[in-house]
Amino acid sequence: MTSAVRFTGASRHFGSVRAVDEVDIDIAEGEFFAMLGPSGSGKTTCLRLIAGFEQPTSGDISIFGQSAQGVPPYRRQVNTVFQDYALFPHLNVLDNVAYGLMIAGMPKAERHRAAEEALELVALPGYGKRKPSELSGGQRQRVALARALVNKPKVLLLDEPLGALDLKLREQMQEELKVLQRKLGITFVFVTHDQGEALSMADRVAVFNEGKIVQVGKPEDIYYRPEVPFVADFVGSSNVLPPARTEQRIGKRCPAARRPEAVKIGAVGTVGSEGHAAVVRATSFIGAATRVSVTMDGTAMIALVPKGQALPAIGDQVHLSWDADDLHLMEPGA
Amino acid sequence: MRSDRASIGLKIAAGAGLAFLHLPLLLIFVYAFTTEDKSYQWPPPGLTLKWFAVTWNRPDVWEALSLSVRVASISTAIALVLGTLCAAAVSRTKFFGREAVSLMVILPIALPGIVTGISLRAAFNLADIPFSFWTIVLGHATFCVVVVYNNAVARFRRTSGSLIEASMDLGADSFQTFRHVILPNIATALLAGGMLAFALSFDEVIVTTFTAGQQQTLPIWMLEELVRPRQRPVTNVVAMVVVLVTFLPILGAYYLTRGTDTVAGQGK
Amino acid sequence: MSDAIADRPQNGVLTRVSDTLWRKPRLTILLLLAPPALWLGIIYLGSLFALLAQSFFAIDEFSGMIVYEFTLKTYGELFTPANFDIIIRTVVMAAAVTVAAAIISFPIAYYAARYAKGKWKAIFYLGVMLPLWSSYLVKVYSWKLILAKEGILNWLFETLHLSWLLEAYLSIPVIGGNSLSVSWTGTFLVFLYVWLPFMVLPIQASLERVPTSMLEASGDLGAQPSQSFRYVLLPLALPGVIAGSIFTFSLTLGDYIIPQIVGSSRRFIGQAVYAYQGTAGNIPLAAAFAVVPILIMGLYLWVAKRKGAFDAL
Repeated sequence: MTSAVRFTGASRHFGSVRAVDEVDIDIAEGEFFAMLGPSGSGKTTCLRLIAGFEQPTSGDISIFGQSAQGVPPYRRQVNTVFQDYALFPHLNVLDNVAYGLMIAGMPKAERHRAAEEALELVALPGYGKRKPSELSGGQRQRVALARALVNKPKVLLLDEPLGALDLKLREQMQEELKVLQRKLGITFVFVTHDQGEALSMADRVAVFNEGKIVQVGKPEDIYYRPEVPFVADFVGSSNVLPPARTEQRIGKRCPAARRPEAVKIGAVGTVGSEGHAAVVRATSFIGAATRVSVTMDGTAMIALVPKGQALPAIGDQVHLSWDADDLHLMEPGA
Repeated sequence: MRSDRASIGLKIAAGAGLAFLHLPLLLIFVYAFTTEDKSYQWPPPGLTLKWFAVTWNRPDVWEALSLSVRVASISTAIALVLGTLCAAAVSRTKFFGREAVSLMVILPIALPGIVTGISLRAAFNLADIPFSFWTIVLGHATFCVVVVYNNAVARFRRTSGSLIEASMDLGADSFQTFRHVILPNIATALLAGGMLAFALSFDEVIVTTFTAGQQQTLPIWMLEELVRPRQRPVTNVVAMVVVLVTFLPILGAYYLTRGTDTVAGQGK
Repeated sequence: MSDAIADRPQNGVLTRVSDTLWRKPRLTILLLLAPPALWLGIIYLGSLFALLAQSFFAIDEFSGMIVYEFTLKTYGELFTPANFDIIIRTVVMAAAVTVAAAIISFPIAYYAARYAKGKWKAIFYLGVMLPLWSSYLVKVYSWKLILAKEGILNWLFETLHLSWLLEAYLSIPVIGGNSLSVSWTGTFLVFLYVWLPFMVLPIQASLERVPTSMLEASGDLGAQPSQSFRYVLLPLALPGVIAGSIFTFSLTLGDYIIPQIVGSSRRFIGQAVYAYQGTAGNIPLAAAFAVVPILIMGLYLWVAKRKGAFDAL
């Protein structure tokens, strides 16, 4: 598999702040790659390093095998969909989309045709004459997408593209982006702080924290087999046991995690290979299930009660049970 | 509940203040039609249009006007270039000398005109440069820079930085980005700044007195007339025309930058 | 398939220059700043320093030539009674104009900021902008017309049978005179008129920055309208007033035309500078006089900056 983007020990320091700290990434051609992490974790900076808006302080970045050192953004065959869309306000939609082609010297008729095709690809046929100010957020985002794709880039970068959209639109766009990527076969690299988004769209996810990548893997691996407590906590909620506790339970000194849906709540004496008494602190309805926060042996835990099951009230004494297999062990010393 | 309408006292005070600002100018308009030409008698003994024709035929008025227009045009052009360069530099990155640059640009207009005037005159004398059209332009361009700079900086601030990145991302180098993205977005601010610079230069008298030598711009002509009046109504006519003509760039600059948070002209 | 780092079609000179500029951002800034910095630095700052340097020289009393030796004698001359009078006179006038301008501007600015809506906002805005940018000389000239003995102001007093009031006023020493146009009152009025717009705009700008919700909150917490005005609005408008006062003060300090056209024969700083550098040829003294407003304004600006007035500019 050809490597589309490779970071080798890349760092980007801003004075004493290490925005990106010795990061290694290997993104394969044709992959839908997600960079996930909280604000300030370095994921956006990494994206900008690929685009060329930032230069690494040390280490190397190569795109399809060629070093990007000292290569300005306009010479890279990489295009970006910006978080604020960055549509040119003084141009209409068609000219916006055709901008890259215009710069490359394509004659007017040809580039307008290509732009129209790109607009059809993003389901905005005939919107060419409008101005960006007349469009809704979702429409602007599609125009930004078309504007990037029309140049047939080798790598498409997306910087928190769905952040400004409402939930329904976001879910719709997630599907559309996935379909689009499959169809075009272009390498997509996108940045998000929304772990649900990363898990649902990406082929592989890299989780960032404080400038470093803490884990890379397929979505299921990230979710079910987090390697460090940070990942367990950031990606979906989790019940994380500190090493001391795990040692108590099963004799191994390392942190461990258990997903809330693995924790079952029942009356005292219900079935399960393990179980403990707990007190309910709070409940919150999240649609498909209800999150129940409990305190067990002085530790806070979260359980998920599916629809149909009886809900305990706050202050109730309940019995928690789970399967031993549902406890995922993480690396010691993590 | 307190009503949110202004008290009548406030309205009167505000209106009176505004009237105070405008009445003297309107008075000049009336005086441009008076038949009395030896004094400033009020009320005017009669009204006539003849002074307009007289003014039209005065060659010194035309010469002064032509000089003023030429000086203002060239000074504005220079100020546009220098002001935009400065504004671009200041808005690009947070570099150490930002405040120093802003101060340096604003100094020519912040210090009293007489200071600027004699400084320049002393410098010209020292360098043995004779007074000419260009010495006037030198002075004017220097204090017009700040007007353009203010407008340009304000507009740069409002222009999203990601537009420049987007342009480069799509393959445009720095010059292409300037031409296709930056310039269209600051054009109206530059136009507004340019108009204000023109008005400023057209009206300037203090610095010009020191840098003009024997030449007369329109304000210098008017100053002469104030001190040694020849035909008073002619001065009135010229004054009236000047006021009306300065209206246009100001209105223009207003409409160009209306709706933005920094409307042109506020920082004179 | 072609490379990811492509050789873009436009590989002309400009693009290569652009590459270099992109790689060296500091160089770009340097190039951007060079022309204006050179212009302003050499032409303006250079001549300013030349002037200031002159103030440290002195003129030889006998030959009338400038002696190029460092001395503080010229500055000492500023303290002679006649010269010091000039300085005091100018500063007092500047202060008076500033205070009066602030008082008159406030209602205009307040109304324009708080109550003017829609087309009235535009009317007030243009109503202040147009006089602001109107020709300075024309404005001064208009007052010469107004204050002339045969002019409209006298005519007004006569028609209202109040001439005796005007005469009584004119007989007051110092601020009175033979007629309004050769009295300091006249000078004061013209200064006030010409600089008024400079005061209105910054006050309006800072008042507009006060969110209505703040005044509503004040009322909500039990304050009377006058209290809200005094304790909430006025302090927040102060930076605007200070900003405006910078203009009125500074412009009055250096002006030599207005006192010349409408005023008594006793001089102001601007006129002193003009006179000394002209036929008198005493450039060092002219320079020394010129330094006075610079110093005063420097001090004023420093105090103003401490009080946050620059946000209102």
